[in-house]
Amino acid sequence: MTQHIDSVKTYAVIWITLLVLTVVTTLVAFVDLGPFSVVVALTIAVVKMMLVALFFMHLRHSGKLTQLAMAGTVLWLGIMVAFTFADVATRGWMGVPGR
Amino acid sequence: MADHAHAASPALQVQFDTAEQQKDASTLGMWVFLITEVMFFGGMFLAYIVYRAAYPDIFALASSSLNVYIGAANTAVLLCSSFTMVLGVRAAQLGQKKALAINIVLTMLLGFVFLGVKAFEWREKFIEHHVPGPSFHFAGAAMQGPAQLFFSLYFAMTGLHALHMVIGAGIMTWLLINSIRGKYSAEYMTPVDIGGLYWHFVDIIWIFLFPLFYLIDRHLK
Amino acid sequence: MTTPVAQEQENYLNNSYGLKSWLLTKDHKRIALLYLATITLFFFIGGAFATLIRVELLTPQGDLVSSDIYNRLFTMHGITMIFFFLIPSIPATLGNFLIPMMIGARDLAFPRINLLSWYLLVVGGLFALFAMLAGGVDTGWTFYTPYSTTYSNSWVIATALGIFVAGFSSILTGLNFIVTIHRMRAPGMTWFRLPLFVWAHYATAVIQVLGTPVLAVTLILVLCERLFHIGIFDPALGGDPVLFQHLFWFYSHPAVYIMILPAMGVISELISTFSRKAIFGYHFVAGSSIAIAVFGFLVWGHHLFVSTQSVYAGLVFSFLSYAVAIPSAIKVFNWTATLYKGSISFETPMLYAFGFIGLFTIGGLTGLFVASLGIDVHVTDTYFVVAHFHYIMVGGAIMAFLGGLHFWWPKITGRMYPEGWAKLSAGIVFLGFNGTFFPQFILGYLGMPRRYHVYPPEFQVLHVMSTLGASVLAVGYLMPMVYLAWSWKYGPLAGPNPYRATGLEWKTASPPPLHNFDELPVVTHGAYDYSTVTEEVTSVG
Repeated sequence: MTQHIDSVKTYAVIWITLLVLTVVTTLVAFVDLGPFSVVVALTIAVVKMMLVALFFMHLRHSGKLTQLAMAGTVLWLGIMVAFTFADVATRGWMGVPGR
Repeated sequence: MADHAHAASPALQVQFDTAEQQKDASTLGMWVFLITEVMFFGGMFLAYIVYRAAYPDIFALASSSLNVYIGAANTAVLLCSSFTMVLGVRAAQLGQKKALAINIVLTMLLGFVFLGVKAFEWREKFIEHHVPGPSFHFAGAAMQGPAQLFFSLYFAMTGLHALHMVIGAGIMTWLLINSIRGKYSAEYMTPVDIGGLYWHFVDIIWIFLFPLFYLIDRHLK
Repeated sequence: MTTPVAQEQENYLNNSYGLKSWLLTKDHKRIALLYLATITLFFFIGGAFATLIRVELLTPQGDLVSSDIYNRLFTMHGITMIFFFLIPSIPATLGNFLIPMMIGARDLAFPRINLLSWYLLVVGGLFALFAMLAGGVDTGWTFYTPYSTTYSNSWVIATALGIFVAGFSSILTGLNFIVTIHRMRAPGMTWFRLPLFVWAHYATAVIQVLGTPVLAVTLILVLCERLFHIGIFDPALGGDPVLFQHLFWFYSHPAVYIMILPAMGVISELISTFSRKAIFGYHFVAGSSIAIAVFGFLVWGHHLFVSTQSVYAGLVFSFLSYAVAIPSAIKVFNWTATLYKGSISFETPMLYAFGFIGLFTIGGLTGLFVASLGIDVHVTDTYFVVAHFHYIMVGGAIMAFLGGLHFWWPKITGRMYPEGWAKLSAGIVFLGFNGTFFPQFILGYLGMPRRYHVYPPEFQVLHVMSTLGASVLAVGYLMPMVYLAWSWKYGPLAGPNPYRATGLEWKTASPPPLHNFDELPVVTHGAYDYSTVTEEVTSVG
């Protein structure tokens, strides 16, 4: 199996992109986007995460197993949050007192 | 057959047949460990999400008491350390021992800068009575309880993150010592590789902590 | 030709001597035995608590112990049995011993991490033991807040720390198994040629890796709350006690699948060997292990039906709880189909396997009762639930563990156990178990609450029956400890494959050499190919 060795330039481009995104997310926080503020902030964070994972952690060169495992883990975190919110966000929906 | 491989490469452990199998196993092992770390931090992220949804205004108010510029600068510091880390891994892949050592040192230095800034921030919070406990008081909050919750989560999560950075510094020290001793080469640099994975993961955690704690509704201030 | 059986061949037990060679071993087989000793000790401790509980419940009054002490008894019984016995049991003993051999490897991927896992269990266990000796904890094994965080005057922190440390033992074992099964299989050992025991442990390992960290962080939050009163679970400070329950059960429900999946893996091996037939529907059984692991993470809210969890969430979790029963049912159907037209023999391991199928089915079906929202409101926190989970964890998991221990005993020790005594014990365990726990279904349905030691006199008859059954069960558990230990020194020598079973572990000597195989096997056929095992092999060439 040949080892993929990325160039310094590739890493530098990613690095600069990450710094720029940090500046962007900080500045955007001062703009009133209503409920979309958190969406934008999290989207930028996810993009930064993907850049670090794919390029710095070489996930794009890793086998399908690793990629699937990490995607699955993020999904699992999502399940934990979503199913908890199935409770927290729906209290009172069914008209049963106290629930 | 397996014996030849073991004789040729003393770093090859007895349960593995080839160096490549050992490298694959070690790398997969680190990724599986990172899975556990995601779920570990994930529990606290869940608590954060639940309480931010319950108390959006108080969380925004509490967030505004954190210095967003220091937070952003610290985020940049950590991103730079990830850059030096990956350059170090690349140097190891190419057998460039000096560049490897230099990049590990730079990574550690940036890590220490991050921790130093965090210590400064925590001290500020202590002075302002924003540390949860008997002396907690957040001026201007409609309810003190949820304000304290914000800071409990802030200290718990950035504290856990800082603990992981300290462990990371330990790992970097060990890698530095071994790299100076010439233990790593283009054929065998697995510890550097997986040490790098750990370091980047800790960076990713902070990539999420920064907006969640520092950037809540900044436009309100 | 037939030399080595009588002589002492070099094997993993005699290749080195001394305490250091055991405490610093990297051999997965020795580590499995270290675990066996440790969990047996904890089984005794948990059993001692159970004895006190059952003795107290002989009379309707609280005459043996006070309510406070009783709270500590059932709490510590649960904590010991779940975290320090059942969760490690099959994976850390049988899994550790067998998985490398079953896949044709010399050891696990990370032998030193394997040893570390054992030390973590011991250290965690010592923390918990200290807490128990110092006065114990009275919150229930579920540590519900705000009692555990604010009001309890017991050793919550020490116990929580003990469980936290033991949790990392479990996580590292899971990590080791995942990497081993992915990367260390012998040439020709494809995924669908793996024994179902390995599939079961792979699914278990995935649960351990995804779920246990959440328990760990939840315990940390409980500690922070108890030490610093941060308010995270305290309603007075804006916190939500039900959030604790979500976080706790996100792990603790999949934890029950950590306890039962390895047992199901054992049963697949036993049913196949003692019917001399390949498991019917191998792919379905393998897939159902993965399905149980996945679905098991989607149902935790069924433990929150009577909390202030929303009814909407209750509906979702109830529906999914019915769904999670399906893969388990698939296994039971496939085991039964395997028996059909099989060449069945009734050695001790098979007796345990039959016991498992019956008792697990009852436990599983009663799980559907409690998965129904309406019924659960009636039986929650009653003995019905207690009976339900004991049928699965004791009637299921422990019986499978005993069956597997007997089955692989000749491989582990090189000796056979006395079959007559073993069959008798299996019968006593089966009778004692049902005598203990069947009355509890009735008790619960009639309204006897769990965690109570004072009860209305009309429940006494059933409680006395249950305690009687428990006494018989205790005898049934003690007997194997005696005759298995005896057999290690005095039992007849066993050959490499006394049961003419398939599987790579049976192709090497009993006990195996240090690195399992003198020559690593190349696999050319599937897991349960009985045409390749024709006569008993008395020695390995």
